[in-house]
Amino acid sequence: MAGSVDAAEVIVAQSPQEAVEAFGDGGMTLVGGGTIVVPEITHGRLDPGRTLVLGRAGLDGVRRDGSRTTIGATTRLSELEDAPDPLGIAVRHVADREVRGQATLGGNLCAPPGVESPRGDLQAALIALGADVRSTGAGGQRTDDAEAFVGAGDRDRLVLDVSFPDPEAGARQAVRRPHAHAYTVLSVCVARTAGAVRVAVSGAGPHGARCPSVERAFAETADPEAAAARVLDDVTPHDDALASAWYRSRTLPVLVRRALAEL
Amino acid sequence: MRLTVNGTEHDVLSPPLTPLLHVLREELMITSPKAGCQQGGCGACTVLVDGEPRRSCLEPLAALEGASIATAEGLGTPEDLSPVQAAFHEHYAAQCGFCTSGFLMAAEALIQHGPVTREQAAEALGGHVCRCTGYVKILDAVTAASNGEDAAGRVEADQGPQGEDSVTPIPGRWG
Repeated sequence: MAGSVDAAEVIVAQSPQEAVEAFGDGGMTLVGGGTIVVPEITHGRLDPGRTLVLGRAGLDGVRRDGSRTTIGATTRLSELEDAPDPLGIAVRHVADREVRGQATLGGNLCAPPGVESPRGDLQAALIALGADVRSTGAGGQRTDDAEAFVGAGDRDRLVLDVSFPDPEAGARQAVRRPHAHAYTVLSVCVARTAGAVRVAVSGAGPHGARCPSVERAFAETADPEAAAARVLDDVTPHDDALASAWYRSRTLPVLVRRALAEL
Repeated sequence: MRLTVNGTEHDVLSPPLTPLLHVLREELMITSPKAGCQQGGCGACTVLVDGEPRRSCLEPLAALEGASIATAEGLGTPEDLSPVQAAFHEHYAAQCGFCTSGFLMAAEALIQHGPVTREQAAEALGGHVCRCTGYVKILDAVTAASNGEDAAGRVEADQGPQGEDSVTPIPGRWG
């Protein structure tokens, strides 16, 4: 690994403009908090090559604008522990307090699946909140909803910020993690915003996913149980080192029902 | 790169993506941060960066220009332990010692915020793994240190003559 670190060309951006210019059309390794990328380099799974370090780029900070919250990409998760649910509760369940002081929102949003399991446990919360993701890269700056952003195969983007309107209510249910450093096996986030309920799942596939069938059923019946029964129309759970597809398929409707019942 | 470690400024030459852990251990020979899992999962490499506990295995040097780093080497001395070190000594909170410097630095940061309960200490230190499983005594020590329990005086009084010739039975316990 020493070889690849020695050969890396590293840019430490000192302002948002510098970060955007340095990133250009992408194709670089991005280091936000480093909690995912640095171990990948250390353990030889990633040859960093051209690398952009974002810690000093000024892309952090939380801004309130009327009833909308905008969170800079390199905002540390520890700053978001009291964000509106389901984001706040999801953040409080990421790793441990010290790692949350290093990890960033943008990094979590862009986390590729890990060697053994999905990562990026905040994706479901941001999808449920109907968040917009502002990013730059090939083709210039653009804004996607979180669902489209995490679903796109191409995540070679520099996230600038994430914003969402205040939810009226939010909840999260998850399989309890055996240890602070275990990744989420399965989590369900729900939020009611401007009267509409959104439902999303993390841990049931390579990235977070929205559950439109559950949302439609809940809008029609307002019955958590009936709505939860539709969740396997929306996602097809997978096998991995943390849990089997069978276990996830049995557990997921229960978590959806409980989360919806909390709204 | 300029880096201040335990109050001393250093010019470091490691490549910019080198984790702080390896800069400390291999370039500056500051070896209290331990290389455990090297992926943020064990806590043994924890140091303070500008006063905040950080996994040094996760922080690339490039992100730390001008930062002030504190490690266990900068706490107390054997003659004058820091309150957290004294509490660890008093409560037998170190066994093999591999996790200890990480726990010490995390506890240093934690007790700055005032007294903590066992539950609060367990939550705050939940990312640290003790391979000897000595958590009960570690939590005893951290909560005692946070309550300002003055263990340092007792540690000093404890230091009798050392060496195998000077081992004496403890009166009242062995008769």
